[in-house]
Amino acid sequence: MIPTFVNIGERTNVTGSARFRKLISDGDYPAALKVARDQVAAGAQVIDVNMDEGLLDSVHAMTTFLNLVAAEPDIARVPIMIDSSKWEVIEAGLKCVQGKAIVNSISMKEGEAKFLEQAVKCLRYGAAVVVMAFDEQGQADTRDRKVAICERAYRLLTEQIGFPAEDIIFDPNIFAIATGIEEHDNYGVDFIEATREIKRRLPHARVSGGVSNVSFSFRGNEPVRRAMHSVFLYHAIAAGMDMGIVNAGDLPVYDEVDPVLREAVEDVILNRNQPGATERLVEIAPRYKGGKAVERVVDLKWRAGTVAERLSHALVHGITEFIEADTEEARLASARPLDVIEGPLMDGMNVVGDLFGAGKMFLPQVVKSARVMKQAVAWLLPYMEAELAGKPREMAGRVVMATVKGDVHDIGKNIVGVVLQCNNYEVIDLGVMVPADRILDEAERVKADIVGLSGLITPSLDEMVFVASEMQRRGFSVPLLIGGATTSRTHTAVKIEPAYQAGSTTYVLDASRAVGVVSGLLSPTDKCKVEAATREEYIRIREQFGRAQEAKVRTPLPAARANRFSIDWQAWRAPTPSFLGTRVFSNWDLADLTRYIDWSPFFAAWELTGRYPAILEDEVVGEAARDLFADAQKMLKRIVAERWFEARGVVGLWPANADGDDIVVWTDDTRTRERARLHTLRQQMAKGEGRGHVALADFIAPAGADYVGGFAVTAGHGEAEIAARFKADGDDYSAILSAALADRLAEAFAEALHHKVRMELWGYAQTEPFDIDAMLGEKYQGIRPAPGYPAQPDHTEKATLFELLDAEAATGIALTESFAMSPASSVSGLYFAHPDAHYFGVGKIERDQVADYAARKGWDAKTAERWLGPILNYEPGR
Amino acid sequence: MTTTAKSRPILSRGDRIEALTAAARRRILVLDGSWGVMIQRRGLSEADFRGQRFADHHMTLKGDNDLLCLTRPDIVSELHDAYFEAGADIGETNTFNATRLSQSDYGLESAVTDLNLAAATLARESADRWTAAQPDKPRFVAGAIGPLSRTLSMSSDVNDPGARQVTFDAVHDAYLEQARALHRGGVDLFLVETIFDTLNAKAAIKALLDLEDEGFEPLPIWISGTITDRSGRTLSGQTVEAFWNSVRHARPFAVGFNCALGADLMRPHVAELARIADTLVAAYPNAGLPNAFGEYDETPDETAAHLNEWASSGLVNILGGCCGTTPEHIAAIARAVEGKPPRKIPDRPKAMRLSGLEAFELA
Repeated sequence: MIPTFVNIGERTNVTGSARFRKLISDGDYPAALKVARDQVAAGAQVIDVNMDEGLLDSVHAMTTFLNLVAAEPDIARVPIMIDSSKWEVIEAGLKCVQGKAIVNSISMKEGEAKFLEQAVKCLRYGAAVVVMAFDEQGQADTRDRKVAICERAYRLLTEQIGFPAEDIIFDPNIFAIATGIEEHDNYGVDFIEATREIKRRLPHARVSGGVSNVSFSFRGNEPVRRAMHSVFLYHAIAAGMDMGIVNAGDLPVYDEVDPVLREAVEDVILNRNQPGATERLVEIAPRYKGGKAVERVVDLKWRAGTVAERLSHALVHGITEFIEADTEEARLASARPLDVIEGPLMDGMNVVGDLFGAGKMFLPQVVKSARVMKQAVAWLLPYMEAELAGKPREMAGRVVMATVKGDVHDIGKNIVGVVLQCNNYEVIDLGVMVPADRILDEAERVKADIVGLSGLITPSLDEMVFVASEMQRRGFSVPLLIGGATTSRTHTAVKIEPAYQAGSTTYVLDASRAVGVVSGLLSPTDKCKVEAATREEYIRIREQFGRAQEAKVRTPLPAARANRFSIDWQAWRAPTPSFLGTRVFSNWDLADLTRYIDWSPFFAAWELTGRYPAILEDEVVGEAARDLFADAQKMLKRIVAERWFEARGVVGLWPANADGDDIVVWTDDTRTRERARLHTLRQQMAKGEGRGHVALADFIAPAGADYVGGFAVTAGHGEAEIAARFKADGDDYSAILSAALADRLAEAFAEALHHKVRMELWGYAQTEPFDIDAMLGEKYQGIRPAPGYPAQPDHTEKATLFELLDAEAATGIALTESFAMSPASSVSGLYFAHPDAHYFGVGKIERDQVADYAARKGWDAKTAERWLGPILNYEPGR
Repeated sequence: MTTTAKSRPILSRGDRIEALTAAARRRILVLDGSWGVMIQRRGLSEADFRGQRFADHHMTLKGDNDLLCLTRPDIVSELHDAYFEAGADIGETNTFNATRLSQSDYGLESAVTDLNLAAATLARESADRWTAAQPDKPRFVAGAIGPLSRTLSMSSDVNDPGARQVTFDAVHDAYLEQARALHRGGVDLFLVETIFDTLNAKAAIKALLDLEDEGFEPLPIWISGTITDRSGRTLSGQTVEAFWNSVRHARPFAVGFNCALGADLMRPHVAELARIADTLVAAYPNAGLPNAFGEYDETPDETAAHLNEWASSGLVNILGGCCGTTPEHIAAIARAVEGKPPRKIPDRPKAMRLSGLEAFELA
């Protein structure tokens, strides 16, 4: 077949087809192959295969897909266009095709040497190449630059390495027109005229292009876009364009485009009848749109500013779309790449910092700004490394941070890290579950200016004390920062700070305080003042704490037990569960979970306070909340559609009876053999008349038919990988967002499962109406308290629960040495069905209960005091 | 041939390559014939294959014909001499399976370099002896590069069409290792032959072109595919033109077909290649198709008659024999084509020529 214009199908392109992207991320290769087969059957002469997607292992996807294509004669009969911006993906593709393929693309973006090196490889693998009109200065926009770059590339290829001219295809860049910016008006003409000139000057070479770019400003208005493509191709093909990536089946014939629309489109493409051509097309465009609402034309007016203004705008608004081109422009205008960072980029970040400080920007927006900054710096990095004489970048300070051993939670820590980075601090984040010696070895190795520790569960508090004492022992003197949900100013003052006298210790309430604290501690002038003030404050807190300690009188354990929370067991009979033992739920439908999500804690994770949905209309944080919520919804759709996470859970229901403060779990309903024993703790604080000292055991009948339940769920399988991939792409915002959503989904899973337990599995509340708000407000019968939370502060009880559920095998959730669940987005707990069961806090307990509890658990006193440390009403060892 | 003393090469490699090109312009060149059948006739024992060097090797070695270059060099030299005596211009090194991947079947990966060096040296010595004796008919050595038992385009698992037994890199590296030793051993050109999977051949081509990066002087490359059935496609599914488009980037000295078919069935595919290839066309068919006993019984005269017709029709530049052919066949072929003009290389307009399983041309 000898065609004149080659339509290159874009349906097997993850960047061009949402459907194909979903199939590939789902690993549904049979369906993906069908897309390719249909495309060839519909007449595609070459198929473009592109796997460039942040979350895909593109090399693997390209290899897998092309190997499968090789087994399908209906597809493999046509040549492949191996399309990627990453050379390693292209090379992986070249290793899979026996035919002669087209490589799309290579360019002089990184200089002649790299360009020729890749071209030589194409020559040796045997492939034609698409060469982008892109050089060290950037992408060519005007006709003259397009032609000059293509001509230079052509000479290099044909004269220096003998590349056959007939195997060269130029892509002189089709850019968006009708953007509202005057400089863009001529881009259509620039391409068409460049094509004409290239074909005239460079014998045998071909011209191609990605046609859909031209209509980018009319996203959402497909009829107008199609008309633009048709008219553009009509003129470009006449000028010599040979091939294009375009959805051919979708293209109207030039003559059949509505004449009024065609005229308006032709004006913008050929840059005629200006000024006013864009406005005219924008004005008539909605008429051709069909039923849907009118789409706003993307506002690109800010693109008309100076490069510094554009960088600042991109940083403040978190726009990554143009950042590389703008950074490049700034670099070329600067003496050294470092000047771009220290000049316009830091100026922009200072604006962000000021707005943040003034409460006009909020954390999610700042994290988005950081993403833009990171991409800009990543663009400059190779140039800075190339600059041999260059000294290392001046940073404001170096912070080593980690979530301590035994703990897996890191959303808050990651936010702090990003915020510090935006403020020009170098952050070395060691991740989660990091032992003390690794933190300190690393801090020594990199000469850290500050060490930061984070933790979410109570056992982490002890680990932090240990790290502090190790810092003392090893002779550290740098400031130590403490943060995370389980930490407090009081704990820091009472327990941690005294362990590290050689340096200062500071508690950081939340991410928005981090910069202030760090800059104070690293300021040569303020350091002493700041440290002295903190030290003084902590001394005061310790004194207050000591006085409070003495004041708190506890009820002796026997008296508390005598005043237990009493339930009339004669008046209630526990419904028999639908099954006894455990039941595993793998791959729970994520879409189902989304309706159980409690959004308020999600906003809290980003330090946006307020209840959902009112927060979206909040005067101060409303805009930030809305943007964050929109991003979250968008990502949530992908999480569901592309199954990023796997939701797995297990429920157990067992015959049980209370035995004092313990709950005995029986092997079966004969209630003769003890399967396990759940230990509970009893309140010892002073109680008013008629109010009992509660323990969870009070909610289970001491004799007769009663049951206890347990569960463990996770939505975290896949979470770490997804976050790591985003991070690797410099996108911390999405990394944190995905982790926060995994967290929400795990909570939603716990809610959904509890609902199923009440309605069906245990079935003690089968008439309960489905009301999410009531559910999230815990307005239902029964509770699901978790070990490590106020009703049972002892994390070690998770071990018994996990053993009963065989939870690790059932769900893949593992317990760390501190009894944190890994993956972090996991929830576990017990089920109590009695209508009077309620959430409560155990509060502080006395020596008598600690001794009693230790005996029941089979612990010595020291072990008991360690695990119950946060709730002791006395100083152990005293 | 009675020369016993090792004669020094009378021509440098550059001179030899020039002589090869000049000879190809003037006449139809003749390649040697089958090795398998000639070695089989000797009835060699396990001990012959092992020799002293591999006497204690842990695996059976009988059947590893390439190994004879190290353990029975006398037989290999005799066969080279026999083919050159029959009138062959080009002799192939006895290295069809001498890659790390193929020798792994015998546990002889570590012997691969020695094997290729020895094979090239034996062929070189024999060719040089004949050139010295008959300076007007110089003899050339082609380093034989075979197809491997593992394939890059076809699945190794019926349940998983995407599965592959071997990677491109492993194939490339195996060929690179073989080609280095052949080059050092003094071959005049490379012959990538019996290609049933073009992707394997592309890995070989990449390896041969990559040799340049290691400072090796580029040698002519001859690429010989295998059309496995009457449908006119390679085993991996490509048509003749698609195959040519896939390997043309090697800028081969010659391209052609060998094996699988006898001359009668191979003819249309050679004719197609003759039409489209803007380089020398070569063919060395089997001695017909095997009979019920797996033996080839086409006589030397029958084979020569077919090839004589090809030569008269201007289809070919190089001829020879593959499975089942003997020095008698080669002698008959040499006689038949003597004095016949070689095929003229056609001029084709420049165009972008791509391929999948079928050819695609953007004119």
